[in-house]
Amino acid sequence: MWDYSEKVKEHFFQPRNAGVLEGANGVGDVGSISCGDALRLMLKVEPETDIILNAHFQTFGCGSAIASSSALTEMIKGKTLDEALKVSNQDIADYLDGLPPEKMHCSVMGREALQAAVANYRGEVWSDDHEEGALVCKCFAIDAVLIEDTIRANNLCSVQDVTNYTKAGGGCSSCHEGIEEILVKVMTERGETFKPGAVAQEAVAPAGMTNLQRIRKIEAVLDTVRPQLKRDGGDIELVDVEGKTIFVNMKGACAGCQMEALTLQGIQQKLMEELKEFIKIVPTKAGALSRATCQP
Amino acid sequence: MEGIYFDNNATTRVDEAVVEAMLPYFTEQFGNPSSMHSFGNKVGLAIKKARMQVQELLGAEHDSEIIFTSCGTESDSTAILSALKAQPERKEIITTTVEHPAILTLCAYLEKEGYKVHYLKVDGKGRLDLDEYKKLLTDQVAVVSAMWANNETGTFFPVVEMAELANAAGAMFHTDAVQAVGKVPLNLKDTKIDMVSVSGHKLHAPKGIGVLYLKRGTRFRPLLRGGHQERGRRAGTENSTSIVGLGKAAEMALEAMTFENTEVARLRDKLEAGILVKVPRSFVTGDPSNRLPNTSNIAFEFIEGEAILLLLNKFGIAASSGSACTSGSLEPSHVMRAMGIPYTAAHGTVRFSLSRYSTEAEVDRVIAVVPEIIAQLRKLSPYWEGDGPAAEPEKAFAPTYA
Repeated sequence: MWDYSEKVKEHFFQPRNAGVLEGANGVGDVGSISCGDALRLMLKVEPETDIILNAHFQTFGCGSAIASSSALTEMIKGKTLDEALKVSNQDIADYLDGLPPEKMHCSVMGREALQAAVANYRGEVWSDDHEEGALVCKCFAIDAVLIEDTIRANNLCSVQDVTNYTKAGGGCSSCHEGIEEILVKVMTERGETFKPGAVAQEAVAPAGMTNLQRIRKIEAVLDTVRPQLKRDGGDIELVDVEGKTIFVNMKGACAGCQMEALTLQGIQQKLMEELKEFIKIVPTKAGALSRATCQP
Repeated sequence: MEGIYFDNNATTRVDEAVVEAMLPYFTEQFGNPSSMHSFGNKVGLAIKKARMQVQELLGAEHDSEIIFTSCGTESDSTAILSALKAQPERKEIITTTVEHPAILTLCAYLEKEGYKVHYLKVDGKGRLDLDEYKKLLTDQVAVVSAMWANNETGTFFPVVEMAELANAAGAMFHTDAVQAVGKVPLNLKDTKIDMVSVSGHKLHAPKGIGVLYLKRGTRFRPLLRGGHQERGRRAGTENSTSIVGLGKAAEMALEAMTFENTEVARLRDKLEAGILVKVPRSFVTGDPSNRLPNTSNIAFEFIEGEAILLLLNKFGIAASSGSACTSGSLEPSHVMRAMGIPYTAAHGTVRFSLSRYSTEAEVDRVIAVVPEIIAQLRKLSPYWEGDGPAAEPEKAFAPTYA
């Protein structure tokens, strides 16, 4: 059984604003009957102010689809159309105290119904811009279409790559076989063969960089952040580079600083952009030791 | 526990008498049946008895044809993989589009390994076309796997006849009979069926115990290798407690066989008729004239099954649905799709599966509650207007794919 929040159950058992809305002047019909979720959102908009006076829904769908529809109507009533359009699917899920990953598409459907209804009111044609695939990674709610598109757009060739780009497969690992199947398919299309043993884009020396060039590049990046660190009475030192792991020492005020993790994250991001590869920055033991002694 | 449990095709409660039979084998009789001392010996004898009890329920000729496994899925995998390993020259499998995922997922995997799998289609009532089947039976087919009774609709396949045809073509025949065993009489010794999968928890034995029936003379390759247990056909220390439980459950199922096919069937029929007469736009799926005595699968048009189940649950009623949402997939039940049930009905299918513990009062209660629930959800449905579906419902509501 799904782990629905109390809020979801409440909106399912006592849905707000259900049924036909008389005098609606904006209607959005979205969903897919093959997936078993479809929603009609009806809006009554005041033309002078663009304020949504009333909103009703009719839904063919499961508990969370009905709850998401109910939540949406409550959230947008009293808002102007432009304000209402700022409601994201995450907002709908948050309003319901969260949805199971398999059910996030219910909140997406709610948002799309809103866009469609507003477009209908404004006399525009709304077209759906996303395609939803089968859920592959349940830990992070990533579907097959997103994974396939990401592999294609970035020429990915390993499960690790896919995890780095989409998070899919980064949790319990049970979807790795599914991700590999998508990799096989896309790589075959581009005339390559998927090698299950391959590590993430073997990029110890990407784009033709030698190890020395790579280390110099890392040093150069660290040099650019050094003035900032020094201003705060700290410093950073490159200790070693091992494949994708870059070991550093945080020195002076930086060592043990409460912002250390954040600082390192920023540097890691910068390094990734410059090196054009995924790396991990790790403070060495020396740094960690000084951190331990510094903290009260 | 309070509540009405009409989901016995999913799993069943373990009968108290079964629990009682099992209990000594946790504590006093804990020995390993393979051991040479008397701790083990008594357990060995208890397993022997259980084997004979299962043999009788299945109508098997020899007790050595009974191999205890951990579940129905293990039995299915063992049977299919054994048939392929034992006949390496044959590279094809015949199965049906409406099998349990224990078979279909395995077949999809075997396709990737290079095997050719033929999926027999079914008609609107879930019945096979035997002419299509006959045409596919060539000397390339290693094994045919067709379920005895469908878990969603209860519809029977003519497995005895299909096994004769397979046998004549030199192919092995396997049937996943987890839903049929204990509910309908079996007499395997008079059939050409080579392998049968059984699951304990579908017949009031505990979860985690299954059986693979293997007709004497059928070529076999084990899935698990290691010890000499089950004559080396399934290595691993015996789950002696559960085996004893399954033996007792098999004995009780045999005693209740007439009751199951008269009284349980009567209650099922009453439930079904009571719902259909009160709920417009609802219909039975599968083949009502040829199905399990305990199962009724009803499609409620224009609403979705998970919502029905949640409301039923609020009234303490447990059932199952073929909707996509209940499983987290993007498509409704493959069984409903295979029968060509339209999406607007397939998502709203509900399976009620009774047992010999179901009562008349429970049936009356469900008949009283279901129509209200259906009406309540239809009020929310964009396909519904007032007391009936919108004129031309598919046109009244044609959503943009999102």
